[in-house]
Amino acid sequence: MRPWALALLLVTTAATSARAADNAPVSPGRYQAVLGDCEGCHTAPGGKPFAGGTVLQTPFGKIVSPNITPDHDTGIGGWSESDFRRAVKEGQSPGGKRLYPAMPYPAYAMIPDADITALWTYIKTVARVRHAVESNQLPFPFNIRTGMAVWNWLNFKPAAFASGAGKSADWNRGAYLVTGPGHCGACHTPKTLLGADRAAALTGASLQGWFAPEITSAQPRGVGGWRATEIVTYLKTGWNSRGVATGPMAEVVEHSTSQMTDADLSAIAVYLKDVPAAQAAPATALAASDPAMVAGAKLFQNNCVGCHGADGRGEHLMFPPLAGNATLLQSSAESAVRVVLAGAQAVSTKAAPTAPSMPSFAWKFSDAEVASIVTYVRNSWGNAAAPVTSESVGKIRTTLREGS
Amino acid sequence: MAQLLPHKDVVIMGLGWTGAILAQELTDAGLNVVAIERGPWRDTASDFNIGYMPDELRFAVRKDLFLQPALEAMTMRNDVSQTALPMRDYSSFLPGSGVGGAGVHWNGFNWRFFPNEFETKTHLTKRYGAKKIAELQLEDWGITYDELEQSYDRFEYVCGTSGKAGNLKGQIVEGGNPFEGPRSREYPLPPLKMPYASTMFAQAAKELGFHPFPLPASNMSKPYVNSLGVAMGECTYCGYCERFGCANYSKAAPQTTILPVLMKKSNFEVRTECEVLKVNLRPDGKTAKSVTYIDAAGREFEQPGDIILLCGYGLMNVRMMLLSGIGHPYDPSTGKGQVGRNYCYQTQGSAARLFYEGKHFNPFVASGALSSGLDDFNSDVFDHGPLDFVGGANVSCGTSNGRPIGNRPTPPGTPRWGGAWKKATAETYQNATAVGAQGSSYPVRGNYLDLDPTYKDRHGRPLLRITFDFPDNDLRMSQYLSTQLAKIGKAMNPKQMVVSHAAKGWNSVPYQTTHNTGGATMGAKPDTSAVNKFLQSWDVSNVFVLGASAFQQNEGRNPTGTVGALAYWAAQAIRERYLKRPGALVPA
Repeated sequence: MRPWALALLLVTTAATSARAADNAPVSPGRYQAVLGDCEGCHTAPGGKPFAGGTVLQTPFGKIVSPNITPDHDTGIGGWSESDFRRAVKEGQSPGGKRLYPAMPYPAYAMIPDADITALWTYIKTVARVRHAVESNQLPFPFNIRTGMAVWNWLNFKPAAFASGAGKSADWNRGAYLVTGPGHCGACHTPKTLLGADRAAALTGASLQGWFAPEITSAQPRGVGGWRATEIVTYLKTGWNSRGVATGPMAEVVEHSTSQMTDADLSAIAVYLKDVPAAQAAPATALAASDPAMVAGAKLFQNNCVGCHGADGRGEHLMFPPLAGNATLLQSSAESAVRVVLAGAQAVSTKAAPTAPSMPSFAWKFSDAEVASIVTYVRNSWGNAAAPVTSESVGKIRTTLREGS
Repeated sequence: MAQLLPHKDVVIMGLGWTGAILAQELTDAGLNVVAIERGPWRDTASDFNIGYMPDELRFAVRKDLFLQPALEAMTMRNDVSQTALPMRDYSSFLPGSGVGGAGVHWNGFNWRFFPNEFETKTHLTKRYGAKKIAELQLEDWGITYDELEQSYDRFEYVCGTSGKAGNLKGQIVEGGNPFEGPRSREYPLPPLKMPYASTMFAQAAKELGFHPFPLPASNMSKPYVNSLGVAMGECTYCGYCERFGCANYSKAAPQTTILPVLMKKSNFEVRTECEVLKVNLRPDGKTAKSVTYIDAAGREFEQPGDIILLCGYGLMNVRMMLLSGIGHPYDPSTGKGQVGRNYCYQTQGSAARLFYEGKHFNPFVASGALSSGLDDFNSDVFDHGPLDFVGGANVSCGTSNGRPIGNRPTPPGTPRWGGAWKKATAETYQNATAVGAQGSSYPVRGNYLDLDPTYKDRHGRPLLRITFDFPDNDLRMSQYLSTQLAKIGKAMNPKQMVVSHAAKGWNSVPYQTTHNTGGATMGAKPDTSAVNKFLQSWDVSNVFVLGASAFQQNEGRNPTGTVGALAYWAAQAIRERYLKRPGALVPA
């Protein structure tokens, strides 16, 4: 064929398909997948949508997300809608195989059946991908799935969403999204030794080498001091003037919250600002004369001010502020230490496509130096949080090295 | 045997500025685009890490980001009577390598050419008569400044350029360059903060009746969000721009302006560490069907495509045309043939170095394009009637870096090493500045590019041969400029001044400038240009050749702004004309 004839053909077909994919209206079932952040786990980085393969590091070992495309042999092509509903809401796949609660069925149990039907309708339409995944890579005894029956008996109390008495429609919608499909507590709520939620919902927890910060009404550790619109902007774009989404939260923003409606994001904001804060004594800032602060200040001057500024204010959409940054004010400095050692990249969204990165400094700083830098930024410009020890930095460095 | 790959709409050789612009524009038009890039993937955080980017030895001295001759060398000679020899190291000019290309390690000067410069032959003939330019091989570009204005504007706003307009829609504006062509709007950002040396220069120039202005800099004077929604950081004046990737997202590069958006597109793909060997033509030679490339493991692939875009550095584009049989090789003995014709460089060498006592120029407070300059002696702004040359230079004084290895000015007479040298560098570091002239380079019949008859690359393909020397016209220009520099230098009141100008015998060893132009020039006529006004090959209609290779001559200004504008111009022509009716956009 003459090249120009081919060109003509391609211009029309490619133009419609590429643009259509970017601007397609979202179906109700697709929107359920957005609310549930299904892709956060079931689409591996660089992989095909819903084909699984994402590795989740849990305190019990490695779990790999399965293929949930309609492929008959390696996906869920042989399932019925009731099989799907049982898996999502009860954690049991066909044949009685019990899922691990890395699949957040305890939260998904709240999703009404009508929404599961919509989600199932959508999942049946995604492209089939042949991709065999060995999900269960846990060590003994956690690799025995029947153990989950006991876990469920102890920890799983399926219930429909219960409205809060006297709360607004927004609050209730927000509560449903956060505790139900959004399964925010999967990361942000501290866990028992058996991996079940503790009572202090959303008060921050450590997982996968990050500390998911407190997102209650706490100030300044939580989002109590954030305007509702700031929470919406953060979830929609990955950015606001107080910080930027990175690490696992970047994936949540990319696959889920950036695609939610503004009304749903506002509802989430209303609810989060009303969640009770953790009981914690207010921190007092370390004195600037403290040896760790003196050492940290010097290192900060020489290595960090170019981007974050001497005043720790950063630059909007480029470099997150350190002054007042809630990530730095958590009881655990795990995320801050990790970012200094390994670097981090901001999420890229339609509204904020830049995705700037913080480079890695592991090669440059000793454990003691990282400890003093993080101690300094946790205790400057009005920030106050417990100092960081070299030992804790060393542990994180080892974990990162082993993970890579 | 090359493995045949699935078809793409557009195949791009090289992912630097022009490749990124074309890919962005054509993926927006819905086309499936693949870029084949010889060098590695490069990203700000991992490759321009703030912790080690200011490593002058690694990046500026050992040239870590640049093309290495083992990958592709070139041969050089001054004229056809000599036998060309391979340059064993790139040093007179430094081609880029890897994603971002030379757009990674430029200083950030983002100029527009003057309206008359696109019609130099017509303009100069009209003003001075044909005899004045008889020794030169000047041609018009087949395009006007007015046609290109919107494309300049687009590139400046993607880059986030700091500057001050001197001509807004025909109104001359105080503080800008009064000689520039009309702009449709102000620069996206205000000028950078001028350092002490530039301020002294501007004051002296003004007192002499000249028209200094802050040079247009794609180093961000303020935080910026560009027309694609990509954010850039405010410049910290660290002075690690030229030869470095910017660690602070403060210098426009494909990485900081276009790639964040482009890389997310499902209809774009880049294959790095893959070198294009050849563009394959159909039997009639009038269209190209594919490119052959080799990956890092040595496997050969054939990538078919409807549109082939040569977006390498200008010299590589010319070589690829010659290797693929696109167009007719230029022959200096007959003046016939177009590919390789009108190779030009940049006439550097005119400078006034100024030495003081008791000053604090603080050269370490610097940015790539941080300069004050004037165009009173550039282009045809001044009357060449009584002078024995045409062309000119931008005259400027700036602080682009104060790096510890390379920036060691010493007054004449200082020993090259030892205690006396150390003492002199310590004393002079804060006390030296310079006024420089970046001169035009005009084409002559004997300066050209072709394939070397002897030397081959690692794939057995002939190397590119550069035959170049500074034309006498340009040397006379340089001499004249040095007298003007001396006037300005003297008005700046130094304790000592050393004035120099360019000399015959281009030497490929000392660094001069990475502004190599021409070889695949654009024009209105197929006998004196290799591509038409839309940068489309006259001979192979689905091949477009981007970059400074299209320049008919080089002017007294950095080329990147015009390279970027021509890329937007060509992209628009492909979108609005070629896709509707593929084939020659201008009848030959």
